[in-house]
Amino acid sequence: MSDQAIGSRIAYVRREAGPTRPAPIMTRGVFAWVRENLFSTPMSGVLTIGSLLFVLWVAPDTFRYLISDAVWQAPDGVACRAPGAGACWAFVAAKFEYFMYGSYPRGETWRVDVTLVLGLALILWLLIPRLPRKGMAAFAFFVVYPVVAFFLLRGLEGVLPIVETNLWGGVFVSLLVAAVGIVASLPLGVLLALGRRSQLPFVKFFCVVFIEFVRGVPLITVLFMANTMLPLFVPQEWTPDRLLRPLIGVSLFAAAYMAEVVRAGLQAMPKGQFEGAMALGLPYWKMMRLIILPQALTTVIPGIVNSFIALFKDTTLVAIVGIFDFLRTVETARLDPVWAGPTISTTGYVFAAIFYWVFCFAMSRYSQMLERKLAAGRRR
Amino acid sequence: MSDIQMRQPHVPWWNEPKNRGFVYQSLLFIVLAFLIWSAVDNASTNMRARGIPTDFSFWNRTAGFDVNLTLIEFSAAASTYGQAFWVGLLNTLMVSVVSIIFATILGFGIGIARLSSNWIVAKLATAYVETLRNLPLLLQLLFWYNAVLKPLPGPRDSVSVPNISFVTPDIVPTIVCAFIGGVGYAATRYARTIGGVAVIVANAIGALLMLTAVAIWLSGVVRFSGKAGIYLNNRGLIFPEFVETADTWPFAIALVVGIVGSLAFRHWARGVQKETGDQMPVALVAMGLIFGLPLLTTLVFGAPFDLARPELRGFNFVGGTRILPEFAALMFGLSLYTASFIAEIVRAGILAVNKGQTEASSALGLTRAQGLKLVVVPQAMRVIIPPLTNQFLNLTKNSSLAVFIGYPDLVQVFAGTVLNQTGAAVQVIAITMAVYLVISLVTSFVMDIYNKRMALVER
Amino acid sequence: MAASPLVKTTPVTNDIAVEIVGMHKWYGEFHVLRDVNLTVRRGEKIVICGPSGSGKSTMIRCINRLEEHQQGTVVVDGVPLTNDLKRIDEIRRDVGMVFQHFNLFPHLTVLENCTLAPIWVRKMPQKQAEEIAMHYLTRVKIPDQALKYPGQLSGGQQQRVAIARSLCMSPKIMMFDEPTSALDPEMVKEVLDTMVQLAQDGMTMLCVTHEMGFARQVADRVVFMDRGEIVEINTPEEFFKNPQHERTKLFLSQILH
Ligand SMILES: Nc1ncnc2c1ncn2[C@@H]1O[C@H](COP(=O)(O)OP(=O)(O)OP(=O)(O)O)[C@@H](O)[C@H]1O
Ligand SMILES: [Mg+2]
Repeated sequence: MSDQAIGSRIAYVRREAGPTRPAPIMTRGVFAWVRENLFSTPMSGVLTIGSLLFVLWVAPDTFRYLISDAVWQAPDGVACRAPGAGACWAFVAAKFEYFMYGSYPRGETWRVDVTLVLGLALILWLLIPRLPRKGMAAFAFFVVYPVVAFFLLRGLEGVLPIVETNLWGGVFVSLLVAAVGIVASLPLGVLLALGRRSQLPFVKFFCVVFIEFVRGVPLITVLFMANTMLPLFVPQEWTPDRLLRPLIGVSLFAAAYMAEVVRAGLQAMPKGQFEGAMALGLPYWKMMRLIILPQALTTVIPGIVNSFIALFKDTTLVAIVGIFDFLRTVETARLDPVWAGPTISTTGYVFAAIFYWVFCFAMSRYSQMLERKLAAGRRR
Repeated sequence: MSDIQMRQPHVPWWNEPKNRGFVYQSLLFIVLAFLIWSAVDNASTNMRARGIPTDFSFWNRTAGFDVNLTLIEFSAAASTYGQAFWVGLLNTLMVSVVSIIFATILGFGIGIARLSSNWIVAKLATAYVETLRNLPLLLQLLFWYNAVLKPLPGPRDSVSVPNISFVTPDIVPTIVCAFIGGVGYAATRYARTIGGVAVIVANAIGALLMLTAVAIWLSGVVRFSGKAGIYLNNRGLIFPEFVETADTWPFAIALVVGIVGSLAFRHWARGVQKETGDQMPVALVAMGLIFGLPLLTTLVFGAPFDLARPELRGFNFVGGTRILPEFAALMFGLSLYTASFIAEIVRAGILAVNKGQTEASSALGLTRAQGLKLVVVPQAMRVIIPPLTNQFLNLTKNSSLAVFIGYPDLVQVFAGTVLNQTGAAVQVIAITMAVYLVISLVTSFVMDIYNKRMALVER
Repeated sequence: MAASPLVKTTPVTNDIAVEIVGMHKWYGEFHVLRDVNLTVRRGEKIVICGPSGSGKSTMIRCINRLEEHQQGTVVVDGVPLTNDLKRIDEIRRDVGMVFQHFNLFPHLTVLENCTLAPIWVRKMPQKQAEEIAMHYLTRVKIPDQALKYPGQLSGGQQQRVAIARSLCMSPKIMMFDEPTSALDPEMVKEVLDTMVQLAQDGMTMLCVTHEMGFARQVADRVVFMDRGEIVEINTPEEFFKNPQHERTKLFLSQILH
């Protein structure tokens, strides 16, 4: 080939800029979306149509059962027992107070409300990143609040009438178990995690054994143990309250899981932080309290929230040792002969499901948000 | 230099790190020792005071209660508490293994569906995961048991599954359906080559046509008639029992030969590929051997089993095999709940494989399927398996929720009934916990070895 | 590197290896490639350069269908690219690609990385595949690393393995997408040397790179892209000495201080 032939072909200079054309209709907007996401292959098309048919098949019946055919108002279960009736929301309305407070004396329920509102306010203070003075919030929540809550709920001789714990129940007890679990398990978990990473062989041994033991057995057996064995381990006159026993069990159980979450945070800390703190001459506890733990705990907040979700779902198990948590009150209420009927069980469970789902889903979204925020912070 | 040397001897002994450590450890030790000693002391006093046994002699005493599901010989009159322990343990293992299998299959399916390029499929899978994992397992178990299985009618009004039979398809409808389906498929193929709104319309119509064709064809071929001998009622799911006949043996042998044969074939095919590079359709041949051989013996010798169909006598069914509603509810609950966690693990595992890996395998000319099999899956499985075993352990521990719906697992039989009857709380709970602990520890030990072997080699 | 001006004596034939005519591509609303026209003849070495985000990667990824274009035609080795999966696989077998981040398979040894595609795609006996792999590993000067895992190698070594892995498929065309830009400076040379050697052996090459020394030494033509279009194509001598277009001049003044 001649040089000229190549030369004429190889050199090229674009004289004017090519115009930017709008994308063909199929690569943009709704059409592109539908094609990419619903009909990208024949198989995908079949799945789309099939799934749509499935949704169309399920949705109307669900709607009818839960909304349009549901019994919204009724004095007792008669209307709900009618053939073809949907969910019996009247049952939920009638039992609402029981679901919330269990058998707590009706005149005293304001005490529960106050405790809950107080707790909620403190939790929001702790959880909303923008609010200031987290240290004070933590002190109020972890130290002051438990004492106040105890006397509010249980009562104080001469000031507030005593309400025995066997009357406590409902959502209130579920929240109580979860709250005690988290409040007790956080500090315990931190100690266990530090112990597991400690240089001291006996301390380390003890922490490893405790953590692995608790994580290796089901919560139910821990509750059984707390319920039947704890009273045996203490002098008879000290026999712990029957609500206190599962609380201890749940706290120890949650602490072992919390310890692993915290340990992950400690492990993720760069070695330089430890070295820097030591170079400043900080002794162990000061180093942990001022430098390491604040950072390590911040990075594992999503993990802490996740274990709280697990703990919250697990509170349902305390029913096995006779505690009337929310789910147990539903179980009891659905057997009430005044209401019993074919739709009552489903209604009760759907109501419980909505409660637990909203709570857990919100928490998990919160934890995901934190995770994104933390990740963004690290990238910067 | 001299400064340091001068100072060193003056460190007070309590500031020496070693001594401090010793003091801390001694303190912890003393506190623990005191706690344990006082617990033991109190326990022995309390137990004597209440007449609670302190030894294991109950193990060999007659149990005196019945269990409605036993994998080993068990009767109230002749069996001991020790045997009750084994009954419970085996039931725990049975429901755990069965649920693990279902949860894994479902979890992988949903995890992959969450990554589907089809938006609706992905969203449905997400809805499944977000619903199931945010509800307490106990609530789900109670729902299945109390709201779904228990309200089923009694044995006399059982839900009966009809016999499903297939008639030879008529030639004309078959051709018509094939034509409709073919047109549908052609439409979806054609849709890719044209532009505009027509693509979506063609795709939607094509998909509808294909589905319609399949539905029409099936409605012509499948017949529901009579009773299949499968009944669903509040006593459980009852289905025909397989009874051994003279023709069972050829069938069983064919099955074993099929399995062993396909393993051998795979081995041989690998050798051939190594030598000559030729690839055999291993999966196809294995399917043929495993399903084909037994089918062949059935054709030659006749049905391998007699079906002992359950029959309604009075108020209950006689004959047949029964799955207890307690077992079914526990299995459903555990599988569906755990599947939502497994799905997330699978999704994360697949996402953990860098997109560059797929691109590189495509660029080398591997097909999509090959790229998945040889590059993506092996890497994803390394990420998936450790948390997956963790879920298996969780499922096994969660099977203890059996106690709430009366399935006779270890906790219900042993830590429940046996404990109540013997009062030997400490011993029974210690044994129960030890069982779960051993399962956990053995599993984590095996997993540790696995992880060390499979870890990707890094610098 | 500057030492061997002989490189370009390898023959450029009149056979066409890749022909791109009027190719357009959009990402959603965004027009990434605008009216791209390029003909690559067999044996020819093309260096593609241009500012970041100008569409260089996207263009070469359209050649082996890692990306789909929406308008225009792309013919590779006589086969036009369509949605036909079979054909795409065929083309990918003959077009090797080396990525910026190596994309080696971390769960396979270096040798297995190299034999994977020959065994599964070319249906080669294992022994033969291993011989070929060792041949190319020797050519990229790391036969002694064959049994290590990619994670145990340095960046430059990994990139050379990636080149060997592509070569094991005996591709007719090799594409490089910034093969040296993820490497430490001292490793760049070893990879470039490998590429120069490949060029000397007459491989058809399309390289996206900002190594201007390499372009001068090896390229038959330099393609300059900006904002999704090819702005200028010329021989390296002319391209560097006499850039025609304003944007080329600006670009060159920025990178050749
Ligand atoms: N998957 C995608 N979706 C949307 N836009 C994309 C995608 N990939 C690339 N782009 C955009 O297309 C343009 C061209 O990208 P391309 O990677 O081809 O650039 P490049 O010339 O290779 O740049 P660099 O030198 O940084 O690698 C960029 O503006 C980029 O933001
Ligand atoms: Mg690029």
